Amino acid sequence: MNKQRCIIVGASHAAGELCASLRKEGWTGSITVVGDEAYLPYNRPPLSKTFLAGEKSIDDLLIRHEQAYVKADIEMKLGCRVEKIDREQKEITLNNDEILSYDKLILTTGARPRTMDMPGADAENVFYLRSIYDADRIRPYIKKGRRAVIIGGGYIGLETAAMLVSTGMQVTLLEREPRILNRVAAPEISQFFTRIHTEEGVELITDVEISQLKGDKQINEVVCSDGRSFEADLVIIGIGVITNSELAEEVGLEINNGIVVNAFAETNDPDILAAGDCTYHFNKHYQRWLRLESIQNAVEQAKVAARTICGTRQEYDQIPWFWSDQYDLKLQIAGLSTGYDNLIVRGDLSEGRKISFFYFKENTLLAVDAVNSPQEFMFGKRALAQSLRLDREKLVDSSISMKAILLQA
Amino acid sequence: MPLVKYVSHDGVTNEIEVPSGTSVMQGAVDNMLDGIIAECGGSCSCATCHCYIDEAWLDKIPPASEMEKDMLECVLEPQDNSRLSCQINVTDELDGLVIKLPESQF
Repeated sequence: MNKQRCIIVGASHAAGELCASLRKEGWTGSITVVGDEAYLPYNRPPLSKTFLAGEKSIDDLLIRHEQAYVKADIEMKLGCRVEKIDREQKEITLNNDEILSYDKLILTTGARPRTMDMPGADAENVFYLRSIYDADRIRPYIKKGRRAVIIGGGYIGLETAAMLVSTGMQVTLLEREPRILNRVAAPEISQFFTRIHTEEGVELITDVEISQLKGDKQINEVVCSDGRSFEADLVIIGIGVITNSELAEEVGLEINNGIVVNAFAETNDPDILAAGDCTYHFNKHYQRWLRLESIQNAVEQAKVAARTICGTRQEYDQIPWFWSDQYDLKLQIAGLSTGYDNLIVRGDLSEGRKISFFYFKENTLLAVDAVNSPQEFMFGKRALAQSLRLDREKLVDSSISMKAILLQA
Repeated sequence: MPLVKYVSHDGVTNEIEVPSGTSVMQGAVDNMLDGIIAECGGSCSCATCHCYIDEAWLDKIPPASEMEKDMLECVLEPQDNSRLSCQINVTDELDGLVIKLPESQF
């Protein structure tokens, strides 16, 4: 019998995990990873922080070093793209016309930055930040005293602002919504991060619409619709992502805000699976369909996909979690806050750099946002996983330890 | 190259050469060892690379930061010799280091 062939499309974080998980689960067939970037699967979070700052090298970003893939007999086809999938023949065609056959295909194609549809958005000094390539191109523009304008007050924008201002650049961040982190966090958290960034010297402007990117080859001014304008030597845009789901869509796989997968990471074609940022999947804990931009989802869905392929099926069931590092602040988030109706603030909003927020719907804990408060995060995550009832009156009192609160839950 | 001995919770030892300057976590991940998950890639954010340091090696390793200590209090079955393996850099001095892996990271 011929060896079974598994192909992974996208040398992403999910792909890195799949390589290890497939072997651990006993896959003895071939594994080929096709990736359009030139690099082995790498950690993207440091791109906006230590890697952009030049403190970490590409080698430091790699999830696993080359030798690990060689040892596990994994073939890496880097720097090439998949042009099309043939579900009938179970083949994929690469951009160099090479045709590869598969028994199992896993799409870990991730997402790409949402682009700004405006003249000047393709100028030399206007960037998005998603890859090593992006960070390498931004780095030469980082110089003390120069001006950076960041468009978008989400996590990428805020992390990048933090990194740039700490190098001595003058940083302005423009956000269309009335507050930063509008889509993902409570107003109190926006207030907290606004205070921190302002104290650090970032000029934060909300409720503002960009009307023009002025300049020629390089943009030197960002103009807003209310007439204000900001000088710029560097512009970074972070206004969300869209999934790389076109390949799947072209061959009739179900798409809805991403590639639709079931609890076993299977698409509507049982021989094609998907994992990570590109998927739209059901979350059992929150009882709703989600698309998540997170490492945890990439890793856990990859594990589920590997088990499905190896015949040890196990349902995906995770409490989402995220983190964001800005300055000396470590924000750790457990759960999803959507639909909360009351918020407990544990700590002082007006000063200091340690605080946590507990989102509830009636008496049920939905999520925890913890800043420099690892115990609130860790115990909060456990409370979510075990559906524990936390005493809200005790939570407000930060002199009562999380351990004590959890023990009484 | 320093040798690190990773002992699984059921007593199986994997001896792995880990380059100086690499973390104990990275050594395990590069060799696809079970028992260390390391979801956050070494940024001290997830506590899924928890390990126990063999008593003989404890005083050769720099102490944990406050952040790491706080995280360690919340892992399953913390002990006095608990550490996050992403925060321990392998050096020539640590050649022969023995670490034990917990039964579960969650």
